[in-house]
Amino acid sequence: MHDVTPDNGQWNGHWHGPPPWHRQAGPQDDVPGWVHHTRRWRNRGDGEPLRRDPDDRLAGGIAAGLAAWRGFNPTTVRIVLAVAALISQGWAVPFYVLGWLLIPVKGEQTSIASKAKHDAGGVALALALASLLAVFLFLAGALNDSAIEQYGWAQVFTVAGLTLIWRNAPDDERAGMRRLVQPLESLTGSGKATRRATRLRFVGAAVLLAVGLGVLLSLHGGIYLLKPLGGFLLVAAALVLLLGPWWLRIARDLVIERQARARAEERADIAAHMHDSVLQTLALVQRRAEDPQAVVQLARAQERELRSWLFEGRAPGEADASSFAEGVRQIQRDVEARHGVPVEIVTVGDCPLDEHVAALLAATREATVNAAKWSGAAVISVFAEVEADKVSVAVRDRGKGFDPATVPGDRKGVAESIRGRMSRHGGEATVQSAPGEGTKVTLTMPRTARPEPTGRASSSAADGTRR
Amino acid sequence: MSQATARPGGPPRVVLVDDHGLFRSGVRAELGTRVEVIGEAEDVAPAVEMIRRLLPDVVLLDVHLPGGGGHAVITEVKQEHPEIKFLALSASDAPEDVIAVIRAGARGYVTKTISTDDLADAIRRVADGDAVFSHRLAGFVLDAFASAPSPDDVKPSFDPELDQLTTREREVLRLIAQGYTYKEIARDLFISGKTVESHVSSVLRKLQLSSRHQLTRWAAERRLT
Repeated sequence: MHDVTPDNGQWNGHWHGPPPWHRQAGPQDDVPGWVHHTRRWRNRGDGEPLRRDPDDRLAGGIAAGLAAWRGFNPTTVRIVLAVAALISQGWAVPFYVLGWLLIPVKGEQTSIASKAKHDAGGVALALALASLLAVFLFLAGALNDSAIEQYGWAQVFTVAGLTLIWRNAPDDERAGMRRLVQPLESLTGSGKATRRATRLRFVGAAVLLAVGLGVLLSLHGGIYLLKPLGGFLLVAAALVLLLGPWWLRIARDLVIERQARARAEERADIAAHMHDSVLQTLALVQRRAEDPQAVVQLARAQERELRSWLFEGRAPGEADASSFAEGVRQIQRDVEARHGVPVEIVTVGDCPLDEHVAALLAATREATVNAAKWSGAAVISVFAEVEADKVSVAVRDRGKGFDPATVPGDRKGVAESIRGRMSRHGGEATVQSAPGEGTKVTLTMPRTARPEPTGRASSSAADGTRR
Repeated sequence: MSQATARPGGPPRVVLVDDHGLFRSGVRAELGTRVEVIGEAEDVAPAVEMIRRLLPDVVLLDVHLPGGGGHAVITEVKQEHPEIKFLALSASDAPEDVIAVIRAGARGYVTKTISTDDLADAIRRVADGDAVFSHRLAGFVLDAFASAPSPDDVKPSFDPELDQLTTREREVLRLIAQGYTYKEIARDLFISGKTVESHVSSVLRKLQLSSRHQLTRWAAERRLT
């Protein structure tokens, strides 16, 4: 921190606005003379220490904090600060950042700086970034571009300060900073509109390059430019040679640190999941130990959930079916939960949901629920296959079955509703059953023609022979 | 192999390879006298050593092992002792694991939730040289062979027969996937039990020998979605 802390003399020389901070929130007797001096013209003397305002902020909330402290209009303070930044050749900016570091947020006692002091990695990173910018400015200055140099040097401190703030600010402030740089992020390709951003980036780079070359050539007159340029390149190489390994090490440390954080987050995530699901289920299992059926059901539901989380990356409770296969899995979950009968599913292929496939799913659900309610089978098997030209489902149980000719009215009704649902959407349903032999419901829905290069037609014959 | 000729007649001699001691003792207790468990191992290297020494009829092999996975055991042993059969056993159902052990040479794959009767039956079947497909594996295979291979997906030097399932094989797999027993399948399709077996063995061979890159890619994709 010492590298960006100016002494008071320097500070007075460059600052034209009201003093932005006093360091301690402590007793008023300790405050420097200039604070007493300024009290004469403040019109809200409630004695509150200066605090950054987290609610009304553009960057650090300093302008709003100052305004509240002195009873000004925040907009006026912001304009004053902006003008100050211009006429001080950018030197007001690092002071703003310094204030951001040193002044605590309203309602807090500690500043970001007090945290940053202990962040050795952050300090190293701040130094590295600042030195990178300094090297760049040195080269730019050597190439005689005075404007960059004039406004740039102050920003060496800004960069260092912002780095420390970024690494040590509380989460809500970081979120605010992220919002500020979001427009930039989309330019670097990590945002969503990457294509357009890339084009924009190229155009920007081309314009800068053209202007830069133009300036260089006009200043030095053609080929003579190359002579000093060679010298500066050597200096640059020397600096890179000198500082490069250090920069690299800091960058690498940063990457390692980020990986460690990602790992820690992952571990926390797994722990949370284990607690929500597995531990809860184990507790339930212990409590219901005398009811084997319930225990089996619990274990099964938990197993399936864990499996889908581990191997399909689906979080527990994430239900909304977006595809056919997911819809079948949902039927499995629902029927098992509601009727307590295990459902074995095998799905082959997948397709997005349209109204026909949704109708097929609804019919599948009815057939499965039906089997769970009536068959008395220990397990129901659902086989679902998506092919290029059709989607088919077979719901099968080894339960008591029935004679299709003499079915009781209610079951016939269900069978009819399955059949009706399917035929309305151009599909068909067959029900095979015999007393003591279980029941098999076969549902087939043709797929609406859509171009699919990997289609095959060989299996239509197969279904014909089976029926 | 002189030591491995305790069959026919007697129960198959089995080595259990699984890194969970509890699971091993559970399986051993449940299988009882239906098979003869002659050894247990919990890691790749000791398993390979034990199998070479004991020469069992069947190795019941967990897909996930700490020292390199079940397929490593198969690859180590298979070359010297092609007569030893492997039955893969897994709790994961992750397609790429299953495909890996099958392609390494396992004669079948069952999930750990299988009933004891079915497991004993599967071991006996594998010992007799048949293939054992759980309903889930059948689903995987149907999925993996679902689309026609694109020309650039298959090395032309290979037998194109290997890259396609026949209609009949597909029918058999569909019924397995629905939980039918081989006997039921035979009755349903009006073929003999032996024919069902030969279809399944043929599918297993295709699964092991097919040059479709799609198989691996398919398995990898399934993990991601």
